[in-house]
Amino acid sequence: MTELRKARVATASLAGCFGCHMAILDMDERLIDLMSKVEIDRSPLTDFKQFTRRCDIGIIEGGCCNEENVHVLQDFRRNCDVLIALGQCAIMGGLPAMRNAIMHSDAPLRECLEEAFITGRNLTNATHNIPNDPALPLLLDEVYACNEVVEIDHNIPGCAPSGDIIYDTLIKLLAGKFHGFERETIRFD
Amino acid sequence: MASHPEDTAQKSGLSLEEKATIRSICREVEDDPARMMDILLRVQDRFRCISAPAMDVIAEATGLSRIAVEGVASFYAFFSSEPKGRVTIRLCDDIIDRFSGLASVTAAFENALSITVGETTPDGAFSLEYTPCIGLCDQAPAAMVNDLVVTNLTAERVHEIVAALKAGAPPEEVLVDRYAERTPYQRAKEMVSNNIRHAGPVLLGPVPEDAGLEAAVETGPAQIIRTLETSGLRGCGGAGFPTGRKWRAAAATEADRRFVICNADEGEPGTFKDRVLLTERPHLVFEGMTIAARAIGAKEGIIYLRGEYVYLRDLLEEVLADRRNRGLLGPAIMGVDGFDFDIRLQLGAGAYICGEEGALISSCEGLPGEPKTRPPFPVTRGYLGCPTVVNNVETLCHAARILGTGAQWFAGMGTKDSPGTKLFSVSGDCLNPGIYELPYGVSIRDLLEMVGAEDAAAVLVGGPSGTMIARDTFDRRLAFDDLATGGAVVVFNGDRNILEIVEYYMSFFVHESCGYCTPCRVGNVFLQKAIGKFRKGLANPSDIAYLRDLSDTIIETSRCGLGMTSPNPILSTLENFPLVYSAVAKPSADRTRATFDIQSAIENARQLAKRRSHIYDRDFTK
Ligand SMILES: Cc1cc2nc3c(=O)[nH]c(=O)nc-3n(C[C@H](O)[C@H](O)[C@H](O)COP(=O)(O)O)c2cc1C
Ligand code: SF4
Ligand code: SF4
Ligand code: FES
Repeated sequence: MTELRKARVATASLAGCFGCHMAILDMDERLIDLMSKVEIDRSPLTDFKQFTRRCDIGIIEGGCCNEENVHVLQDFRRNCDVLIALGQCAIMGGLPAMRNAIMHSDAPLRECLEEAFITGRNLTNATHNIPNDPALPLLLDEVYACNEVVEIDHNIPGCAPSGDIIYDTLIKLLAGKFHGFERETIRFD
Repeated sequence: MASHPEDTAQKSGLSLEEKATIRSICREVEDDPARMMDILLRVQDRFRCISAPAMDVIAEATGLSRIAVEGVASFYAFFSSEPKGRVTIRLCDDIIDRFSGLASVTAAFENALSITVGETTPDGAFSLEYTPCIGLCDQAPAAMVNDLVVTNLTAERVHEIVAALKAGAPPEEVLVDRYAERTPYQRAKEMVSNNIRHAGPVLLGPVPEDAGLEAAVETGPAQIIRTLETSGLRGCGGAGFPTGRKWRAAAATEADRRFVICNADEGEPGTFKDRVLLTERPHLVFEGMTIAARAIGAKEGIIYLRGEYVYLRDLLEEVLADRRNRGLLGPAIMGVDGFDFDIRLQLGAGAYICGEEGALISSCEGLPGEPKTRPPFPVTRGYLGCPTVVNNVETLCHAARILGTGAQWFAGMGTKDSPGTKLFSVSGDCLNPGIYELPYGVSIRDLLEMVGAEDAAAVLVGGPSGTMIARDTFDRRLAFDDLATGGAVVVFNGDRNILEIVEYYMSFFVHESCGYCTPCRVGNVFLQKAIGKFRKGLANPSDIAYLRDLSDTIIETSRCGLGMTSPNPILSTLENFPLVYSAVAKPSADRTRATFDIQSAIENARQLAKRRSHIYDRDFTK
């Protein structure tokens, strides 16, 4: 009898604060149990920059604020069977999407950058320039939720979601028994 | 050359003379804030705009805050804060007009006037705008020109009209031959054909003058209501509420003042039967209102005429004056002591939502045309808080005929559930668009045969808030227990793009939502965008579920009938034309979203950074 292979999991942090990745670690010693069922492929946790092979589950933190985010997300979609949006930034755009509120402007992106680097109060930017190193990915006109760029299979809400909920969801998914959340588990008030 | 008064109004406040003019406009309605619509209509007419300083004067005269005045002025499409052209042309841009050559008519206006839709010529002579259905669907493309209308437009006709107007002729003379010599009725007929294709026994056949009112005077209030209840008459404005029951409820509410309101707002796209009754049977309309007044004990009545039908105002005022002269309105009607009743004409200003009775009452009260929370219903707390009967034009005409000829006679026609006849306004792809008075229960198939639409592929019954049906169900019947309609029947042939039609109607609801409920204000925008995805071939199968879900939410959580029916163009086509959707919804091969366009998303940054993308510009290294 062949032993069941471990599920392959990949993760990425896009336009997020890395808080959701920290939350993954918040499952504490249950990580040991989880690691008996999964192996981590492309992820900041392994520091693999590319997929070594197709994965079963992809976990995305953060939405898309620049072209590189889009590229990574599309790559994840193409290389993962199931894609999970983890946390509010991935699901809705979150805090970074506040720049989408600059609506009544002819050039919202420029206005945003100017305020962030030149005109904003309490700034210390000796160069008075907007950074434009060729290595910097181009920003998008708006911050997009993951679901606007690729199809997302599941959302795990929270900012950041608790280690418990991440663990429970992964365990149920691996057992093929995840059918969405009970209302009580995702209330925050 | 002296500058126009309104130019100064905009720049440096108003001259003393202009202020005096506005004050006297307010005084004409006794500075009554409830008559705000009349004040604003007159100020708009006089100055071609309602400027900020004008609002100040109005606020002061009526004792309202400036923001309250602005709230009303900014609600209605026909009011503007910027000066409109001395001739303002409003083209109907409904889907029927689009399918009847609107594009070339628009192009002709734009060429002749050297402006685009939405603009005013620099000399202030002309404005050109789009407006939703103006009730002339049987002679599309149609347009309003100031207070007049013009139908069956072609590019040549547009050039003639504009040339004459530019040469300085007033619109009356350009649009109506020998305008000055004609009666208001002749003027209306000169501009609009009423296309009565089939006259039935109740409304459009011969009608004895005021026979219903005579009977009502004889029998008295209780018997009037009993007669209407026996007749089974149901409201013709769309909802089909039993008219007798409505009148009984209003009569039963304790009050010192009661009101009768005739709903002549006729805004549902594709509906124009009230236009025909108001032109051809105005006495019957007022007779019906007077009978309603007798039944419920009302002394005051209002006919709320949609702004688009302002070309009928003189005709209606003339009929009202005539009835006053003949003792059919005013004190002691037909010599009956204590039977006093008079009617005021309230003009609207371009807002579909004002057809909803609560919004209509708000508008009559001088408020923004927002629906009211129900209950209380108007029959208990309506206009100015008093019991009010609101009935459709056609309903009131039927009521008068029922009183005159008999409940049994009426109930003997139509079906058990929907007795009597109904006016159907048929337009779109058919040989004989116009008005058909037919008994309830007639099948779509039979109607289509009469109107010459054998090649019909889709029929929209009841306008966009109604139902779109396909060829396989043309045996369905026009009656409240099958296909309900306020009168609109719009025919589309097989060449028409169903999704284009649906997208237009969603844009109509987006435009006309009063904005009070978020699900209606925002949800309809999302629905419209989602339909846009289908049209562009960017939808995937899950978007069909999304349409259904969002529609359910809007219906469930909206306050008034607009929101509760606005998803109908989508829901009824999903049900009756499912292939239209499934044919264009395709899953994306790699599960990325076709709707996300990286090139347009990075275009701004590309320009700001003055460099290309490492990732998405393939020729970066060249
Ligand atoms: C958005 C909306 C628009 C309406 N427009 C009209 C209209 O133009 N004319 C009309 O008679 N009823 C209209 N109605 C229905 C009225 O609210 C009301 O039911 C009707 O005037 C009652 O008269 P009836 O019982 O004689 O039909 C509309 C309702 C809604 C929700
Ligand atoms: S959801 Fe919260 S924790 Fe997660 S990336 Fe966004 S801001 Fe950070
Ligand atoms: S449903 Fe729409 S139109 Fe009706 S009250 Fe709400 S926002 Fe206004
Ligand atoms: S007038 Fe144009 S569709 Fe009704």
